[in-house]
Amino acid sequence: MKRALSALLLMIVGVLAAAGAHAAELQVPKQVTAGNAFSIPTTGSGSATFYLVGPSHSAKRQVKLGSGIEVAEDEIRTSGRYIATLCSSDGCESADFFVAATNPAHLSLLVHPSRVRVATNNAMSAVAFVFDKFHNLVLQPVPVEFHITVKDTPAFSKSLNSSNGVAWLHLNSARKEGPAQVVASIQSDSEKRVVQQVASDACNLRIRAVRKGKFIAVETEPVRDCSGNSVPDGTVVTFTKVDASGKTTVDAPVKRGVAKVDMPAQGEATISVASGVAMGNEVRIGGTP
Amino acid sequence: MARIGALLLIAITLVLVAAGWVTSGGLTRHEIRSASTPTEAVQSLLADVQAHNWDRAYARLANTGDVEQAAFTRDLNGSNGSLRTFSALESYDVWPQHSNGNEAVVRANLHWSTAVGPIDDVRDLKVEHKDGSWKVAWPVPSFPKVPPQVIPVNYLRWDIINRGAEDDWGEQNVDTPQVRIVSMNPIERPDRLIIVGEIVNEDTIPAYVNVNATLLDQSQNPLSQEGSFDKISHTLLPKQVSPYRIDFPGVKLSQVKSVRMDAKAMLVPASADPVIEVTAQRMDKDAMGKNVLRGQLINQSGQTVNIAQALAAFYDSNGKVIWVSDGYIDQALLPQTPVGFAVDLPPDVAGRVQNSHVTVNHYSIANNS
Repeated sequence: MKRALSALLLMIVGVLAAAGAHAAELQVPKQVTAGNAFSIPTTGSGSATFYLVGPSHSAKRQVKLGSGIEVAEDEIRTSGRYIATLCSSDGCESADFFVAATNPAHLSLLVHPSRVRVATNNAMSAVAFVFDKFHNLVLQPVPVEFHITVKDTPAFSKSLNSSNGVAWLHLNSARKEGPAQVVASIQSDSEKRVVQQVASDACNLRIRAVRKGKFIAVETEPVRDCSGNSVPDGTVVTFTKVDASGKTTVDAPVKRGVAKVDMPAQGEATISVASGVAMGNEVRIGGTP
Repeated sequence: MARIGALLLIAITLVLVAAGWVTSGGLTRHEIRSASTPTEAVQSLLADVQAHNWDRAYARLANTGDVEQAAFTRDLNGSNGSLRTFSALESYDVWPQHSNGNEAVVRANLHWSTAVGPIDDVRDLKVEHKDGSWKVAWPVPSFPKVPPQVIPVNYLRWDIINRGAEDDWGEQNVDTPQVRIVSMNPIERPDRLIIVGEIVNEDTIPAYVNVNATLLDQSQNPLSQEGSFDKISHTLLPKQVSPYRIDFPGVKLSQVKSVRMDAKAMLVPASADPVIEVTAQRMDKDAMGKNVLRGQLINQSGQTVNIAQALAAFYDSNGKVIWVSDGYIDQALLPQTPVGFAVDLPPDVAGRVQNSHVTVNHYSIANNS
């Protein structure tokens, strides 16, 4: 009987001790908004040490039990999971909470590639990331407006809701060369990128040659791709001439749409042309009249 | 005693006269005059060239009346920032070709050590027996002279603006150029395995390219890795094609299961100028009997190209690249002035060559390009 009473007394002390330990219990909200200060209520008395550990911030300070612990707005600017810990003489108690992004404020736009050949399907991708004013990714759906403008063609717009902070679309390149302007916007921000739509390989590459004394002047017709776009100036065209003196090759860049070169010639000559892997025509020119 | 003094005085006088003769170049003159064979004359001349002793080398010439010392020096020492100005005569081999007692021809193979590696220069030198000794009749050098003129140059230039530190992270740099390896062929040689092929810049902007190859053994483990180094035109303008060659010394084709090719391209500022015409290309044999592709380079721009490198791709009847070789030109390319070049190829390859394509790498000191 005496032993049973001792055990009961020990149990009561244990329960009381447990009740004393709960005096430092933390009651944090499940979720708060980034940059919004809030208070964590505490119970009990005396002093304790408060720790706050987040994705980009950690803090430690002495607090009084029984009053609220103020978490300042600059301590929770980064979204993510935070752990609050309160350590008193009775032990430590921890609780976690999530800081969510606040309202959409910024947009980042990735457009790839920066150059694309004309008339290519799904050649471009535009990806918009929505951020709040603290550069936290806004995970809630946000309407993002994409607006694509290409010279000499009607503008194209599409509205998409972001999913987990990202909205994207694929685009075909136009048949005509020139810059394509891609703008993504939300209510408070917009971003612009430019994609150069460039001519494809030369198509129907043709030359003409005229003898001028000891030289043959060779000139291409305007060099265009199969969609009729002029290849960019600077594109290399290789001229090859074979005559009695041997072979002559010149890598000449296109200038104002055509490439030309003067090549010395002896007697009859055969001249051919190529640009990259595209071959052109071949002309034969007779000897000096 | 007086006789001893007189003898001593005579002896001292003779010693002083001898010393004066030596210091005034008498020994040198004697040595120059004493070339007893044509080969010895050429060897002595080249020894002075090697030592940059231009005065003494010039004194060994038989035709000083035709060749000015400045021209002779310029012929051997280079000018206009050419590769020869960055060279030194490392060694030479000399052997006689023929002799008739008064005249002889001696072949000299000059091994130059240059900024881009060793270069051989074979010359047939005429040697004459004159004033009791053999002297070299140096070929009269002719240096091209470009008349004062204005050459308008309005070729394109590409400049690049990269993203700034303050720009949004979504604002990316312009994409790197698209390049493609259009052919790759392994060639086994007695002492090495060679990968040759061509690469094209498919983009509309210039590219700085480099090709690397990794040989994989039968277990697909890397056996050896090499790059094209200077056997490629690194700067490719839009749609420009360059041959490349990668050497693997000491590797046999039977050791290799497969090859992993890697073409790297970077966006670089570039200029379409200068345009260099490769003219009068023909297969020939050089003085040593080697097969060579000869031709001339004509710089069509207005600026001097200090160092030029001819890079030739050789094709068989199926249009397959069967060899790539290169040659540096030790003369500067002055505007509108033809300069000869020659690139060699092995005899077994020469018989299969149906076509060739020469590209030119160039370096100008004026703009470091």
